[in-house]
Amino acid sequence: MMRKAAGLVVFNVGLCICLYDITKLEDSYIFPGDGASHTKVHFRFVVFHPFLEEILVGKIKYCSQEGVHVTMGFFDDILIPPESLQQPAKFDEAEQVWLWEYETDEGAHDLYMDQGEEIRFRVTDEVFVDTSPTGPAAATPDNAAQPGQSTAAPAEESTEKKEAPYTLIGTICEPGLGLLSWWNN
Amino acid sequence: MEVKNANAAMLSNYEVFKLLTDLKEQRKDAGKSKHSLGQQDLNTIMYETLKYLSKTPCSRQSPEIVREFLTTMMPQKLTKAVSKKSNLNIALISFQMVEESEERLTEEQIEELIQTVAGVLPGDPEQENAAAADAEMNGGAEQS
Repeated sequence: MMRKAAGLVVFNVGLCICLYDITKLEDSYIFPGDGASHTKVHFRFVVFHPFLEEILVGKIKYCSQEGVHVTMGFFDDILIPPESLQQPAKFDEAEQVWLWEYETDEGAHDLYMDQGEEIRFRVTDEVFVDTSPTGPAAATPDNAAQPGQSTAAPAEESTEKKEAPYTLIGTICEPGLGLLSWWNN
Repeated sequence: MEVKNANAAMLSNYEVFKLLTDLKEQRKDAGKSKHSLGQQDLNTIMYETLKYLSKTPCSRQSPEIVREFLTTMMPQKLTKAVSKKSNLNIALISFQMVEESEERLTEEQIEELIQTVAGVLPGDPEQENAAAADAEMNGGAEQS
């Protein structure tokens, strides 16, 4: 079970990395009708859960209208939305890349946010989505379907988008943040 | 599975790095084990996290350096958990640390802080120059 926990996101806790230690092993029980033995184990897990305002470094995975998607290798769901990019920012549709229209005395100098580039960002928000089957369902409109009335609900459920259980929202709209190459002399 | 405490303790990058490196050694000693998918997932996340951490300054730290850093930083007026942990995770002064303290410390004190940290933590010369330039930049921004 502990092996299964690694790589898993625990709601409101973070991304499980590995076992830290076992603090208590309770007695084992065998229940009637169930051949397996049950033992309650108290353990601590190392979890990735950066605090808000923490500064991290990742790599640009790709850009989209939604913003710049960043990865840290072991964690992929990081987004820098357009309003949190260094301004003024522009999305190049052809190249599918965001760029910073950096102003200098000689005029605007476009700095591209290319794939694979290392990027320093500050965590501004985190989103946990309960993806368990018994968790709160994604917001659905009034489900009460009257006979004879067609409902959009069933169609929506089947085309439901797979949401990441844990997403970090970040910003690079500060001096020193953004591509490492922008600030290295 | 039931979560008893969502935040039992904070670990520095160095502690996690050490833990993963030790676990890796243990697995190697225990012999090849490549069976279940569960095992695979554990290895992937451990591998990726270890890969990420080895590229950060924590891979050059040691328990002695950590101890020395914490004792040196004690007299500094920084909010305990957040600042110490974040400072440790960055070899030399970062904008984060300077920004958190800019309201409470004078530029002189910030300079002093930079020197102290630089003296205690190992870092590569390249980073040192970049960090010094950034700190200056921050200092300049404050004045304007």
